[in-house]
Amino acid sequence: MGGTIRIDAAEMDYTALNRQIRSAAASGATEVVLDHVLGQRFIADGLRGTVRLIINGVAGGDLGMFMSGPTCIVHGNAEHAPGNTMNGGVIVIHGSAGDAVAHSMRGGKVLVRDDIGYRGGIHMKEYYDKTPVLMVGGNARAYLGEYMAGGLIVVFGLGGGAAVTERGIGSGIHGGEIYIRGPVEDRLLGVGARKLPVGDAERKRIAPFVQEFASHFDMDAKELLAGDFTRIGPASSRPFASKYTWE
Amino acid sequence: MCGIIGVIDRGRKEMDGTQIRRALAQMNERGSGEGAGYAVYGCYPEYRDCYALHVFFDNIHENKKEVDDLLEQWGRIVHEGQIPTYDQPNLRKIHAPWRYFFKPDRSLMSWSPSPEDDIVTHLVMRINTDHRGALVISSGKNMGVFKASGWPEEVADFYRIQDYRGYLWLGHNRYPTNTPGWWGGAHPFNLLGWSVVHNGEITSYGTNQRFIRSYGYHCTMFTDTEVVAYLIDLLVRKHGLPEKMAVRALAPPFWDEIDAMGERERKLNTAIRLTYGPALMNGPFAIVVANPTMMMGFTDRIKLRPLVAGECGDRLYISSEEAAIRRMEPGVERTWMPRAGEPVIGRVNG
Repeated sequence: MGGTIRIDAAEMDYTALNRQIRSAAASGATEVVLDHVLGQRFIADGLRGTVRLIINGVAGGDLGMFMSGPTCIVHGNAEHAPGNTMNGGVIVIHGSAGDAVAHSMRGGKVLVRDDIGYRGGIHMKEYYDKTPVLMVGGNARAYLGEYMAGGLIVVFGLGGGAAVTERGIGSGIHGGEIYIRGPVEDRLLGVGARKLPVGDAERKRIAPFVQEFASHFDMDAKELLAGDFTRIGPASSRPFASKYTWE
Repeated sequence: MCGIIGVIDRGRKEMDGTQIRRALAQMNERGSGEGAGYAVYGCYPEYRDCYALHVFFDNIHENKKEVDDLLEQWGRIVHEGQIPTYDQPNLRKIHAPWRYFFKPDRSLMSWSPSPEDDIVTHLVMRINTDHRGALVISSGKNMGVFKASGWPEEVADFYRIQDYRGYLWLGHNRYPTNTPGWWGGAHPFNLLGWSVVHNGEITSYGTNQRFIRSYGYHCTMFTDTEVVAYLIDLLVRKHGLPEKMAVRALAPPFWDEIDAMGERERKLNTAIRLTYGPALMNGPFAIVVANPTMMMGFTDRIKLRPLVAGECGDRLYISSEEAAIRRMEPGVERTWMPRAGEPVIGRVNG
């Protein structure tokens, strides 16, 4: 029981790799280190428990899909959709990630040190105590929080320039909140999204998440929280009611 | 879903096909084993002045004579022969790949500003629309397309792609979604020096191919990507648009973005959109296009397909996945995600 298991993922297919990860977790390992990962998809998909995966290399698409509990720490970039429909646990990416990060996420946290691609947080949702969180140290591309139904997105924009400079932020959003450090041009807001005031209550709400983010990447949480934030949320809870119904 | 990759060495240093074969196989999750292919530039230096016509014959005895006669009517066959192939257990050799090194007779189209290119385009369209058991799949100088139905490794081994050398390569791993997979439907698609690989679907195919038909281009391969090769040939070679402007026509900015531009930019972009409305490509796509002097990657304007670029010394890589680039070049110095609708271009030096 306990201890660390190392797996050399070089030239290994994702099916074989995931089989080894599951068997390591089932044997009671507390930590599994994957070396030479290069684009293997579906790592830790559907994995439960509290095991900690250290992923050295480029994680392939759909990292941690349906995952419920474990922690994945990636030393490298991730391809598309890490945290897809994830239910619980944490994904920490010491690098950048591709499009559709945290796609349809239902719980847990995805923390990305650098940049994310298009449609970050698309259709994130929440239910009672399940509130998914996506935090991005760098910049995010267009359609951030598209069709968002719940949860929290924070983008710090530490990569330089404005945190988000592309269109469609919160397109079709009907739940949840997006915090973007610094100003956001009105023309970048998507249909159904609007800016909301940021007061002490809001800062207090995001503070614990910012602290956790900062601790993973050796950053100063106070500094991250110090700037002005733009908060974006839904203009109404059913922005498209009249489009699909005749009530 | 498909996997694409391209690499250009700006110093024209040659690479063999070993690495791109590995990179494509890296993306097998993006394919279905129904089509794969490679384009290589710089592979026929001994016939650099001839058009290398790669032709799929249904059978050589019956279908070849007509093509021979047609070529001799329009110029001279300098050299010809079967493209060497090597049997693979899971790949059925449905067509016989043949190559001609062809010199057109300029005097036969003396009214044209580019008689040789126009003769070859005419011949490609003529042979491909005749449906007489012959299909020209590439027609550029000092380059060639090698493709078939199968997985990327099988298709590579079938042609021994590892033995070809070139300074620019494109590769494609196909997952056909809207039409059945067949040899002619595998990518890359080519016309003259242009080759195209594509992930996604061009939902405006009907409009685009009607537009291009009025300029003498006929789509014959039952799949959408073919039209992209012809659109690029029309816009860049025939109409003289810079490549960047051609991408503006194919994946233009939204009207509200054009409205927010300065006057000069606004006028230019409005003119491009109005002139080339029927060339606008709708739907999700990530595309890499090459000609003998450059390689260019771009996506649709709302970024519905992935595209990553990487650089290592003189080499520019463009692919669906970062891991494929790293498989090809583990020492890659920088990777980045190009913005939607904005081309990444690598050109050979000098």
